Amino acid sequence: MSSYTVTAPSSRQKWFAGTMVVIYALVTMIPLVWIMITGFKSPADAISYPPKVVFEPTLEGYVNLFTTRTRQTEEFLNANPPQNWADEIVRKYDMVIVGQSKFGERFMNSVIIGFGSTFLSIFLGTLAAYAFSRFKIPLADDLLFFILSTRMMPPIAVAIPIFLMYRNLGLSDTHLGMILLYTAVNISLAVWLLKGFIDEIPREYEEAALIDGYTRFQAFYKVVLPQAATGIASTAIFCLIFAWNEYAFAVLLTSATAQTAPPFIPTIIGVGGLDWPAVAAGATIFLLPVMIFTILLRKHLLRGITFGAVRK
Amino acid sequence: MAEVILDAITKSFGQTRAVDNISMHIPDGAFVVMLGPTGAGKTTTLRLISGLETLDSGSIQIAGRNVKNDPPAQRDVAMVFQQYSLYPHLSVRDNLAFPLRSPILNTPEDEIARKVAKIAEVLQIPHKLDNKATELSGGEMQRVSIGRALVRSPSIYLMDEPLSSLDAKLRSDLRIELKRIHAELRSTLLYVTHDQIEAMTMASHIGVLEAGRLVQYGTPREIYSNPTSVYVASRLGLPRINILPSTLFAGSHKGPQIGLRPENIQQGDGAEARVIRAEHLGDQTRLHLELQGHAVTTLADPHASYTPDDTIKISPVNPLYFDASGARAL
Repeated sequence: MSSYTVTAPSSRQKWFAGTMVVIYALVTMIPLVWIMITGFKSPADAISYPPKVVFEPTLEGYVNLFTTRTRQTEEFLNANPPQNWADEIVRKYDMVIVGQSKFGERFMNSVIIGFGSTFLSIFLGTLAAYAFSRFKIPLADDLLFFILSTRMMPPIAVAIPIFLMYRNLGLSDTHLGMILLYTAVNISLAVWLLKGFIDEIPREYEEAALIDGYTRFQAFYKVVLPQAATGIASTAIFCLIFAWNEYAFAVLLTSATAQTAPPFIPTIIGVGGLDWPAVAAGATIFLLPVMIFTILLRKHLLRGITFGAVRK
Repeated sequence: MAEVILDAITKSFGQTRAVDNISMHIPDGAFVVMLGPTGAGKTTTLRLISGLETLDSGSIQIAGRNVKNDPPAQRDVAMVFQQYSLYPHLSVRDNLAFPLRSPILNTPEDEIARKVAKIAEVLQIPHKLDNKATELSGGEMQRVSIGRALVRSPSIYLMDEPLSSLDAKLRSDLRIELKRIHAELRSTLLYVTHDQIEAMTMASHIGVLEAGRLVQYGTPREIYSNPTSVYVASRLGLPRINILPSTLFAGSHKGPQIGLRPENIQQGDGAEARVIRAEHLGDQTRLHLELQGHAVTTLADPHASYTPDDTIKISPVNPLYFDASGARAL
């Protein structure tokens, strides 16, 4: 038998490990940071070569992201002084703000569809996972395999059938249609992940609750759910990230009413040349909800697994 | 508080008959102890009464009502689980209040506070009420789990080896405490254990289970002095009863096997036995003997001294006789 000893790391080893972690964190963060600072550059600074790290920050990108503008003659510009700070920014290019862009609306579509499908996936997934975990279901293993098999091909492989189906059902370009679609893709992940988490929760808790005067559903709600919170939180983050970032189906199935932010952001490029700051500003705002959601649920993610109150 | 009647209840898991045709009458206010080794069907019987398992056949009456189709919540039973089963996300206080807050009891909060405080006092855990259930020691968890049952006044308390994980001191304290609570509340209690001291000290009735069957049911005294089989006789008494061929002793016998509890062995006369060793326990001395190749354990005067290979003579006094199959021969 080979033997080895575990010793406390020396300060040099700790320093080395710490440095590696910091370098890794920096490398991962560079693209994000670059997107965020590009959002505050002027179009000229954004495409300058070599890239500028020091520059004069401007809100041009954000103004361009949220507005539509037209170029005007000098007489018009002189006759109509700028109405606010945003208007003043675009005057540099002999333009005036004529209205809001679609970004706000697209962003709200993303919020509705992303969080809607996450909620639905978690709601259905938790109930299904509980049933698979606790009850004797005929052919349970086959059903679980069937649920998993929906993920065995890239979802886009079924794009054409779904496109035709959605057109016939009137679900194309609707919020409901996109929520159902993302839920269908996410539910297998949700059921499998949550079943694992619920399997870990001993049945004794529910049995105690049943005897303490609660119905099966009340026991599920009062005893199982709080203990599954960790699993539900991490599953919800996975589901949200998928639905939030999904691009291909959004391009294919949405246009005027239910278009989400991912297919919209690239179209900004086409409006008046390559407006990289506006694209970066859109990407930055687009990142925020997932970031906030993850930070809010962090407590549950880090809390770890409850242990100890059932003797094994 | 109510009487509970089990009528020919049966439950199988696959090929195994966990509970086989058990009939039992638990009178109102009785403290019934079910005794038997692991796998005898004790826990399954509790789970059938509580409704956590469904009957294959037979019927269960609680307070005169057939509960066959009632879910656990409707049966008005409280249960202490062997594995504590405290709700880990709740404080000790909320764990104790949990059954009182159920939609069935729906107790007002001021009454809950009073009952919880009282039960915490009894179980010596008032200083732990605001701890999370996971922050307790094993003994404290077990007390909370007993408390969660005692905070209610159900038709029957079901307890599944509630003292098994406690240390000796706490176990004997709680044994006395449970007995006191039982006397005070005049509650009906069905208690599962494989600890014969718990059975003898607390029970008003003992039911002995063997492989899913109820082999004898009676008062502790009856079970001890009048067992119906070798199996029952070996469940009670420490040191255990000696089962020997009757022919080892002179005289006429009522059966081929003779059962001798330590106090049924008289020294001074009779068959010759060799001393293997003597265990001095302070208040008593256990004497391990060899009688023609058979091991015999008996008690001796705590002050007497024996050396291995001494020879002493022993004879039976009021022995129990059993036939070849192990059943009592009368």
